[in-house]
Amino acid sequence: MERTWCRHAPAADLLITGGRVVDPGAGIDAQLDVLVAKGKVAEIGEGLSAGKNTRVVDAGGMLVLPGFVDLHTHLRTPGREDEEDVGSGTLAAAAGGYVAVFAMANTDPAVDTAAVLRGLIETARREAVVPVGFFAAVTRGLAGEQLTEMGELGACGAVGFSDDGRPLPTAALIRRALQYVKVSGRFIAIHAQDDSLMKGGQMHEGPASARLGLTGIPSLCESLDVARTLDIAAYEDSAVHVCHVSTAASLAAVERAKAAGVRVTAEVTPHHLTLTDEALEALDPNLKMNPPLRAESDRQALVAALRSGLIDCVATDHAPHAVEEKDVPFEEAPFGIVGLETAFAVLYGELVAGGALDLSTLVTRLSAAPARIAGLPAPSLSPGAAAADLCVVDPEAEWTVSPRSLQSRSFNSAWLGRKLGARVLLTVAAGRVAWDQLA
Amino acid sequence: MPKRDLISMADLTRADVELLLDTAESFLPVLERDIKKVPTLRGRTIINLFWEASTRTSSSFDLAAKRLSADTLALKASGSAVEKGETLKDTAITLSAYSPDIIVLRHPSAGACQTLSANTDASVINAGDGKHQHPTQCLLDLFSMRQNLGRDLDGLRVFIVGDILHSRVARSDIMGFKMLGMDVTLVAPPTLIPRGIEEMGVSVKYDLADLASADVIYLLRIQRERIKAGANYLPSLREYARMYGISQARLRPGQRVMHPGPINRGVEIASDIADDDENLIAHQVFSGLAVRMAILYRTIVGYSDGSAGGEVL
Repeated sequence: MERTWCRHAPAADLLITGGRVVDPGAGIDAQLDVLVAKGKVAEIGEGLSAGKNTRVVDAGGMLVLPGFVDLHTHLRTPGREDEEDVGSGTLAAAAGGYVAVFAMANTDPAVDTAAVLRGLIETARREAVVPVGFFAAVTRGLAGEQLTEMGELGACGAVGFSDDGRPLPTAALIRRALQYVKVSGRFIAIHAQDDSLMKGGQMHEGPASARLGLTGIPSLCESLDVARTLDIAAYEDSAVHVCHVSTAASLAAVERAKAAGVRVTAEVTPHHLTLTDEALEALDPNLKMNPPLRAESDRQALVAALRSGLIDCVATDHAPHAVEEKDVPFEEAPFGIVGLETAFAVLYGELVAGGALDLSTLVTRLSAAPARIAGLPAPSLSPGAAAADLCVVDPEAEWTVSPRSLQSRSFNSAWLGRKLGARVLLTVAAGRVAWDQLA
Repeated sequence: MPKRDLISMADLTRADVELLLDTAESFLPVLERDIKKVPTLRGRTIINLFWEASTRTSSSFDLAAKRLSADTLALKASGSAVEKGETLKDTAITLSAYSPDIIVLRHPSAGACQTLSANTDASVINAGDGKHQHPTQCLLDLFSMRQNLGRDLDGLRVFIVGDILHSRVARSDIMGFKMLGMDVTLVAPPTLIPRGIEEMGVSVKYDLADLASADVIYLLRIQRERIKAGANYLPSLREYARMYGISQARLRPGQRVMHPGPINRGVEIASDIADDDENLIAHQVFSGLAVRMAILYRTIVGYSDGSAGGEVL
């Protein structure tokens, strides 16, 4: 059944020549040509030639990768289209090399009825530049009280269920949600947070919060809720996805659950993999998000877990905010940063170039792994896939993150004003050219 | 010359701090004259923006600017466009139209000085932001110590006793006291000690057993909100006073007590100390004027010149 929707566009005919093709799923890492015909990968090999109607893209010195999939995007639609809408958010996704994104349900109104979900699907068919799918809420209005009609929402095409932005407040509700979600055959994605430990929290609790005088969010606030949810998932034999894991203590709980055979998957954001609470000294509101940037020891544990596969995938938690919402004192600013357009550049520059992660592992965690969790076929460069899902990246590029260089309607980036490398120059999503800086 | 803000004690080097204290000392004779005013900052504009209640800090900044002959403008949140929902950014843009040299800001939120500074060409001086920093309080504390305990504060043992968790004064003082070589111990119940504070180079104790080893005892105000039901920072003010309150009976001769005010008699400080001439509390208030004159002066003329005296007067 369909899990993503996209506007119509002509199928791509492209010959991408001379790039380094890295497709871990197909066991490929070599300089090869890729022929895309009528939107499908027709052939991959050396010295391919194209018919005269096929555009040739010289990818010498570039990376040709399976396109990325984001399980955690906020498209702010319906309700805050001034911050992002389906068109701008999916264009930002395309500019980041993403070929499918999944939007969270904490909109206004929330995605808690089939009517709202059907409306979004119609919008996606008109506006989405890359295929987009949708989470539905676990509880009506994200109020943490009454379950949504998961049966109907699942039948409409919800990828999963999440009250992301808020935790499920009680063990009893977590249990009921994990029981009832089985009617849909989907999973619950949790925003783990013990609200009694969150109150007033502004940043990670540790030496930096002590020095800055900001109320701390202890790592316990996340890890206690992860542990209890996974205990309940084990008891109910139900599928759980842990959103934006940020602490080493949470990883210990995920590791225990995986070892016990619990159906659990986990994601981590680019910012938690590359930044720490020490970056908050200047109180920049664009470094404020929830969960917060953690300690260096947490960051290292997250990188190791992404490498080992304990963390299944990278997800951006792309969270657009209007400039007037973020241009306020740190303590008054909302949580969240944008991330779709910087994810690969940041991870390639900080982790792959630094030797902490090899490129094929990063590609798997950005592409095949999240696709599997969403129930999509893995984007692949081998001929035979239903439609081409790929991106071409210049690993030597240098670009500055700015309101002008971002396609998102918001620019609350942790890297605003900073120079990054590795720029996505071409994205083909579902066989259509969605982003093209090579024309 | 690029503008210079004073947002945190981390913005100052040890040489900067010593220069500010020397500059403050050079202003003392002015404050003893019949005509307590010098023309040093004539024609300069200083705006005092107090978006949170203050007696000592706002009055001493205002008087300090006037003693230096600057034009001053005082704004409070109540009665201003803040009540109509104007953002700090827009207030900054509005006030910048007057081309002020300095904006002094007191604000309930950490990070407010950075927001203000990003939207004005004026230098920003932090008069207290949330629980973050209160650098001018630290500087006046250092000045009082130097005037009363000798110029060399190196090796002085200071106990800071009270609500460290919620105190911007404690954070600035720890940084300033350490910068001048003092040995700093924090004393409070564990609920009022921020996790990880030891990394600022301080010792932490939960009782006053070692109080006799302190040269200076710096007390912090205990606010009534800490005993509100559900907060559970303290079971009662009575228990706090018994375990951490300072009275003459707890002191040995020669120990000096400081407090940034306002004090809570019978909670963190007993009346027999509050009313005693040996404490430095009134001197701290006195120091506030000279030190804030020095800060305003140095912010405008620069920190580069080591010999303040001649040119000031």
